[in-house]
Amino acid sequence: MSMTNPLARVRGLGSAKEGTHHWIVQRMTAVALVPLTLWFVVSLISLIGADLAAIKSWLSSPFNAVMMILTLIAGFHHAQLGLQVVIEDYIHGHGMKLATLWIMKGAAFFFGAASVFSVIKLSFGG
Amino acid sequence: MAEFTLPKNSKVGTGKKHPAPAGAKNVKTFRVYRWSPDDDKNPAIDTFEIDMDDCGPMVLDALIKIKNEVDSTVTFRRSCREGICGSCAMNIDGTNTLACLKPIEDVKGDVKVYPLPHMPVIKDLVPDVSQIYAQLASIEPWLKTVTPPPPDGERLQSPDERAKLDGLWECILCFCCSTSCPSYWWNGDRYLGPAILLQAYRWLADSRDEAKGERLDALEDPFRLYRCHTIMNCTKTCPKGLNPAKAIAEVKKMMVERQG
Repeated sequence: MSMTNPLARVRGLGSAKEGTHHWIVQRMTAVALVPLTLWFVVSLISLIGADLAAIKSWLSSPFNAVMMILTLIAGFHHAQLGLQVVIEDYIHGHGMKLATLWIMKGAAFFFGAASVFSVIKLSFGG
Repeated sequence: MAEFTLPKNSKVGTGKKHPAPAGAKNVKTFRVYRWSPDDDKNPAIDTFEIDMDDCGPMVLDALIKIKNEVDSTVTFRRSCREGICGSCAMNIDGTNTLACLKPIEDVKGDVKVYPLPHMPVIKDLVPDVSQIYAQLASIEPWLKTVTPPPPDGERLQSPDERAKLDGLWECILCFCCSTSCPSYWWNGDRYLGPAILLQAYRWLADSRDEAKGERLDALEDPFRLYRCHTIMNCTKTCPKGLNPAKAIAEVKKMMVERQG
């Protein structure tokens, strides 16, 4: 039970003066992922049945390697922006929300970095 | 976490049944949500069988008939009975609408009448709207200017500038839209919801207003504005045929526009 009046509660801590950047970048990455995903799916189909050597040779092309890295960066960035919205929607305790956001964003960074490194390693023949 | 099930003391039970008067030929059944703060009982659905040959055409007519002739404790808000005051907003046949504008014959089967979803209930069909009114006050829904008004008349607007307010000024603040929005259900304490954001845009779109920057500053927030996920329930349910989702999109466009 709180005696705080409704206007004080609604005004709360004020506006965060933030959110537009998140909104724009979520849409930018979505638009970027349209051609990138198409390219990725077509490439996957063309590589059906390829062995490791064939994959390495395919990734040694700078165009393929750069496109692969861009797909991964845009994909992971878009995913973590979207998951942030889901977490903010459904997790209401401030501490729990913050912890979940940090873990989720940390995981996105980790797996993003790991997959980009894998592309580079394969691209250079490793 | 967001709650997906009703708390224990909100589980809805079966209430009283009021059969139709003997000899009634054209009977329609109304199932009405009942809850009173005066006892410790859970909410219940009362069943009222109404003789449609002796009842007006709208759901509000039936509710008034029930209150007059069957059970005077049935509690609901109503005033104008012509869709202009917004008092009788409730959830009828699974959709938020105005009882006075909802023809009974449009409902197939029993007519289920509930209060607006996910609002605290004061009694029966009466929701507590004090928070959403505070949210309306928080966006300062009045003309804000620095320039003093012309000494000899009103602040003028061209017909084109005035036309920008069409589809906005008609809102009667019944809150059918906000209470149909899942995002408002989960985060109504911080998200302003479609009704209030449409009001905010009504002032942002007003050519005479001189406080657009301040207004946008106050809205620029992950919760206040950006909890809108374009679900579109608001536009679908609006009993006045308005488009709150478009108003919110226009606010978002203004946010992007001022970035550069």
